[in-house]
Amino acid sequence: MSILTTLQLLPLIGAGLIAFLPVSNAKLVKQVALGFAVLVMIVSIFMAFGFEKSERSLQFSESRSWISAFNINYAVGIDGMALVLILMTSILVPIVFLAGWNESENGRWSVKTFYILLLVLETMMIGVFAATDVFLFYVIFEAMLLPVYFLIGGYGSGERAAAAMKFLLYSLFGGLLMLASVIGLYIISTNQGGGTFDITKLSELSIDTATQNWLFLGFFIAFAIKAPLWPFHTWLPTAAKSATAGTSTLLLGVLDKVGTYGMIRFCMSFFPEATKTFTPAIITLAVISILYGAFLAIGQKDINSLIAFTSISHFGFITLGIFALTSQGLSGAIFYMVNHGFSTAALFLTAGWMIKRRGSSQIADFGGLQRVAPVLAWSFFLAGMSALALPGLSSFVSEFLVLVGSFAKYPVAAILGTTGIILASLYVLLAVQRALHGETPTSAAGIIDLNLREKIAIGPVIAVLVLLGFYPKPALDVINPTTQTIMTHVGVSDPIAKVVK
Amino acid sequence: MTTSTNLVYLIALPLFSSALLLLLGRIADKWGHIFATLISASVFAVALIEFFAMQGRDGLARPATQKIFEWISVGSLHVDASLLLDQLSICFVLLISGVGTLIHVYSIAYMSHDHDRRRFFAYLNFFIAAMLLLVLGDSYLNLYVGWEGVGLASYLLIGFWNQKPAYATAAKKAFVANRVGDVGLSLAIMIAFTQFGTVTFAGVKEGAHGASAAALTAIGAALLLAAAGKSAQFPLQSWLGDAMAGPTPVSALIHAATMVTAGVYLITRSNFIFDASPTAQLMVVSVGAITLLFGAVIGTAKDDIKKALAASTMSQIGYMILATGLGPVGYAFAIMHLLTHGFFKAGMFLGAGSVMHGMNDEVNMRRYGAIRKVMPITAATFGLGYLAILGVPPFAGFYSKDKIIETAFNAGGAKGILLGGAALLGAAVTAFYMTRVIVLTFTGTKRWDENAKPHESPILMWAPMAVLALGSVTSGFLLSSGGALVNWLQPIVNENHENHAEEFLPPLVVSLMALVVIAIGVALAVFKYRTVPLVAPTNVSVFTKAARNDLYQDSFNEAVFMRPGQKLTSGLVKTDYKVIDGLLRMIGWIIQTSSTAVRSIQSGFVRSYALIMVLGVLALVVMVWLVTL
Repeated sequence: MSILTTLQLLPLIGAGLIAFLPVSNAKLVKQVALGFAVLVMIVSIFMAFGFEKSERSLQFSESRSWISAFNINYAVGIDGMALVLILMTSILVPIVFLAGWNESENGRWSVKTFYILLLVLETMMIGVFAATDVFLFYVIFEAMLLPVYFLIGGYGSGERAAAAMKFLLYSLFGGLLMLASVIGLYIISTNQGGGTFDITKLSELSIDTATQNWLFLGFFIAFAIKAPLWPFHTWLPTAAKSATAGTSTLLLGVLDKVGTYGMIRFCMSFFPEATKTFTPAIITLAVISILYGAFLAIGQKDINSLIAFTSISHFGFITLGIFALTSQGLSGAIFYMVNHGFSTAALFLTAGWMIKRRGSSQIADFGGLQRVAPVLAWSFFLAGMSALALPGLSSFVSEFLVLVGSFAKYPVAAILGTTGIILASLYVLLAVQRALHGETPTSAAGIIDLNLREKIAIGPVIAVLVLLGFYPKPALDVINPTTQTIMTHVGVSDPIAKVVK
Repeated sequence: MTTSTNLVYLIALPLFSSALLLLLGRIADKWGHIFATLISASVFAVALIEFFAMQGRDGLARPATQKIFEWISVGSLHVDASLLLDQLSICFVLLISGVGTLIHVYSIAYMSHDHDRRRFFAYLNFFIAAMLLLVLGDSYLNLYVGWEGVGLASYLLIGFWNQKPAYATAAKKAFVANRVGDVGLSLAIMIAFTQFGTVTFAGVKEGAHGASAAALTAIGAALLLAAAGKSAQFPLQSWLGDAMAGPTPVSALIHAATMVTAGVYLITRSNFIFDASPTAQLMVVSVGAITLLFGAVIGTAKDDIKKALAASTMSQIGYMILATGLGPVGYAFAIMHLLTHGFFKAGMFLGAGSVMHGMNDEVNMRRYGAIRKVMPITAATFGLGYLAILGVPPFAGFYSKDKIIETAFNAGGAKGILLGGAALLGAAVTAFYMTRVIVLTFTGTKRWDENAKPHESPILMWAPMAVLALGSVTSGFLLSSGGALVNWLQPIVNENHENHAEEFLPPLVVSLMALVVIAIGVALAVFKYRTVPLVAPTNVSVFTKAARNDLYQDSFNEAVFMRPGQKLTSGLVKTDYKVIDGLLRMIGWIIQTSSTAVRSIQSGFVRSYALIMVLGVLALVVMVWLVTL
């Protein structure tokens, strides 16, 4: 049994165990859940050490027949891109558990249900990046919606039911388009030597231009909704506003990455020609997302919607890097996915703590927090610095790579994207000033700084942002081979410097 | 080229010290300031050791490098975390760590009443680390890390008292204006990589020979934008005046002596770009000339002593920028003026801080007067700085500023007359506004608030001022005797030993002209401020009004960028809800209302439908799976 299967089974076993625990003992439920999440993290780190970075093919592969009538398999395996995303997921889950220790207590359902949902979600988040069978991927892609739907609808705040529904409808719409494309691919493979859902085999099909374009769009729109890209983004701020901080972290930090991951794994591998055809249009959407998301973030009054809009801007950067199709752009985009996961986690978790302490998510209701809660203030500030890609933090490395990688091919897009860094300084510093600076209102005088549990939760996130900012080599070394494989497959190479020595 | 193993300590020491003081928190309150000062002093010691070692080596072996680790490597892009200490960067390293240490010492006393003194020193150490990285990085990307690092330090220190909303706003303004400049630096790096496949100084220099004029001009313009942001040059100058919200030692170190001069460093470091692009050089001299007059004019009307000095800083950096645009001969004079300015301006800022310290933080010069009687040391050190900035021989500014004026005239033709004339006019206005500061503050009659009990500052404050005053007196002579600095920098900035093409005016004539206009400026100020009203007169000319309002720089930015930006933002927020989200909500509404059959379960309709669909797909999958097991 592959270690990838173990990784997926562990949270499920945890969820099963919790199901037998008494509802009344919330503390025990939390401890068991945290224990399993930590165990998954340890196993995934162990797996990373066994990963052979020079190896181009998929690793830790396993395949078992699932629905043999259609040649559907439980097939898993990872490359560098999947590895870093799974690592990010498995590190974020225990942090989310620890950070939001009490956030499940005012939900519609029990604490027990909350952690069962989260652990099931973790299995799916790992599975979705590990799957090498398109059908398996599709099933997880759709099934993931359910735990998130219940997590937002059952444990969120405000108009949580409506937000959950909006999220579900958007995602289902995208999912249906993708399902059509998946079926289309299967049919084509049937005509070319036997039906299959295997990713590697599917990427070797020869598909005519028109069909490629249609199938590409089916996948791409599903992923553009997931990521989300302008104009498919309006579900995200609503969802982020209502979800708990932990759910938002996983939703934006991990689940949305399935969108950009899918663009690379499926759109590019299956449809290299269509990729090139649609690139100009997609680059345009990416640049619009960068600037639009940033402007909207500046205009937000609710801290969670602000973070959501910054993410829309950042997904614009990721998409720009992906479709620039240079090694810097693509590696930068993949690295960006990881950094954005940690960066967003830091933002949502610290924002969640501020909201909990002030009883409001309106930025105007904060103020002067630096004087009374310096550790919380510093954590939020550093999260903000990561969002504006300050050098020394990991998001700078990825944002720089994306921009320098796109400039060679799409200078106008890169220049427009670069102006996004001014907007980023505005949306971050406006929020920082409103939340942390100024006189401390009397109502905030008594609030307490982060406790030990919260410090343990945020510490590793900031440590990752700093360490990978100074020393991104371990991540880039794993990501670069994936980038090369994809570029070779699509048939593109880096532009050569104009002045050769 | 020599390999060194010590360079990393220059950055690592203050960086770790800063992190330590911040992480330890209140535990370190008792000794944090001492610790940080010792760290800064030891950085200065390492810098001195490196300097003497460098002097001991001959020409080509002088630059020292140290590769710390491989930083970013993707495709053909390879960037190492690697340091380069050459004849140019050592000037900055000595200035930063030397003046930096003096200001640490000064701050021990200046900030002694502040509850957050430890945090202040942590920021100062962080600034030293970032600034040293800026001047030591061996590539544009390493420089960029330091570049934004000092921006962050500046933000944190301007907003050190950010419980006051205006100070928090000033900090934010500085950061955003700097980010506009940073776009320039980013673009320069991107163009350089696309053109040359590398971002190291050495690599870009090598490639610059074969690059097209358009590419070089583009890189030059982008670098100039970056320099304008960091060095408060036109049109990105507006943040510097507000930056005076920071504690005065910060104004002295960051917003006078070191960080704001980073733009001069950037252009000097990129001399191979600018020397190859006359268009870029023309942009540089234009920005320099405009800013040196712009700042000087603003300086004539400020009543806030720190803002008057800030305007002066902007103007003096204008001189340096102007010099960097004048070709290979100009760079050394730019750096010389940068170093002498580092002494006299930091000294005067510390003097201003000393006055404020003794006057209950009063900054309005109209409430000063006759301070020399109660604060003789402050008055004397400030006075020496004053003589230096005016350019009175033999004080420091005489050697550095006159050389810039001379070189500007020598640019030749109408260009030379325009630039030289601007520089000469600037010297006159400088004499006027600096004399105004002296008259309003130190001489005349006392106009103090009744509660003010001015007293001389403690030795921890006046000793650094005295050291800087000594520099204001001697540095110009020392740096220029025997062409010391010019020869020292020649391998970096003037490889081909270029000299003045032809002398437009002999140096003596330029100096005499300068002295005449300076005397006029001084006389005018002394005459005009025989009596000083407590409140600034309101029936003044449009020019005075314009100068008081910083030549309407803020009004311009607000009208052209801020208000349209706010309108765009609020418009987009509305559009996002009404149009984009609205379209989708309309589709949902149409589906819902057009279906009459489901009226009874209307509210739950969409939800059930969606859930049934997901569950249906899942059930189907599970069933198929079970059947085929």
